[in-house]
Amino acid sequence: MVEPLTGNDEPLLVAENLAKNYGRLTACRDISFELYPGEVLAVVGESGSGKSTLLQLLSAQLAPSAGRVSYRMRDGVRRDLASLGEAERRFLFRTDWGFVHQDPAQGLRMAVSAGANVGERLMAVGWNHYGRIREAASTWLERVEIEVSRIDDAPRTYSGGMRQRLQIARNLVTEPRLVFMDEPTGGLDVSVQARLLDLLRTLVSELGLAAIIVTHDLAVARLLSHRVMVMKGGRVIETGLTDQVLDDPREPYTQLLVSSILPP
Amino acid sequence: MTAMIELSNAQKTFVMHLQGGVELPVVRGVSFHVDAGECVVLAGPSGAGKSSILKMIYGNYRCDAGRIGIRHEGIVMDLAKAEPRQVLGIRRSTIGYVSQFLRAVPRVAALDVVAEPLVAKGVAREEARERAGRLLRRLNIPERLWRLPPSTFSGGEQQRVNIAHGFVSEYPILLLDEPTASLDAANRAVVVELIAEKKRKGVAMVAIVHDDEIRETIADRIVDVTAFAAAA
Repeated sequence: MVEPLTGNDEPLLVAENLAKNYGRLTACRDISFELYPGEVLAVVGESGSGKSTLLQLLSAQLAPSAGRVSYRMRDGVRRDLASLGEAERRFLFRTDWGFVHQDPAQGLRMAVSAGANVGERLMAVGWNHYGRIREAASTWLERVEIEVSRIDDAPRTYSGGMRQRLQIARNLVTEPRLVFMDEPTGGLDVSVQARLLDLLRTLVSELGLAAIIVTHDLAVARLLSHRVMVMKGGRVIETGLTDQVLDDPREPYTQLLVSSILPP
Repeated sequence: MTAMIELSNAQKTFVMHLQGGVELPVVRGVSFHVDAGECVVLAGPSGAGKSSILKMIYGNYRCDAGRIGIRHEGIVMDLAKAEPRQVLGIRRSTIGYVSQFLRAVPRVAALDVVAEPLVAKGVAREEARERAGRLLRRLNIPERLWRLPPSTFSGGEQQRVNIAHGFVSEYPILLLDEPTASLDAANRAVVVELIAEKKRKGVAMVAIVHDDEIRETIADRIVDVTAFAAAA
């Protein structure tokens, strides 16, 4: 995908020599990269390659065994995630970051209305005018192609694809600068996947979002990302421009991955 | 004359790890330049590496050795060593590429596929669509198809959408991989016209065309790719 990258020349997030061990088991190691504003990075690899652990390290949900992750806060200063105070962490989780889970039930409150699911993130950042919150929620439901007449229904009455779109609306309503996505199309039917991918692609480019997308699906990486990192056994074995890595893979494992795709 | 593209000793070998590490040399010692307003046609039989060279100039294939100089916003950059972000920047404003096959995004309307390079450069969506529509009309894509995703189109229609996508923006460099292969005579003539217009605007082009007549019409120079044969 060739999309606008904002001409911002300071990285938004920097990972340096990240590693995570569980006892003697190494989940990931030696991971370093920079992510720039508006840049979409796909992390690909099979189950057990360490990509989900990496996503948790990057999004401050897990503490690394070694190395560090730093993030440029809105004041322009890059701070080590490990050194953030509670207020700053809350700001990241509630406002400046989004996290789209594979299973929407993990990212939504299934028993409260769709409107409340979207509005909740706004209330967390201080919105208190009911009418305006509802208006913002309606706008976002429309943007993710959910009929506004369903605003008062709880997501447990929604289909899988609608739930996933609602989760995206909930995440994007606060205008985050960075969104983490863990297999965002994972549990969906192929036809529903295509619609969601198209929607994500449009939103990411319109909002100039930076994103880190973990996926085992190379088609998702090709459609959404500028750059790709291929992981195997906890390490990054190949990285580069997405179309270059997929069309001209260099490492044996990447060649295997690419050759395993069935032609459309 | 300003060289917009300058390759010197560019080299490409594929290593096929799944076939026991077989090395497949594609090209080596690729050296030529393209000036502004000039169309260079790569010639040679199938398998000589013409498309690979085009893909190297676009940064789609890696370049193993040598240099691929691209004049980007007044500065010559070596694409062979550029960072992914720089390559994306070069593609956004300097190099357009008309591939043989359209890689269409599901659900995106033909008009928006064509307008996309303009939108990416910051042109307002309405204006981008208008310019996209003008080009589609010139390429004889009926207006009733504009709102449909090109995946539903015939091969020739898809190729014309692809051409419109490549020609809509004012890239100073255009790479054309068989732009007329599946077109009828009338549409081939439109493409020849579009290429002539780009030349007058000073666009540097590298093209692959198998049709002798079209090659004669558009080529200012022909580079024989067999000279870069890497196979021993």
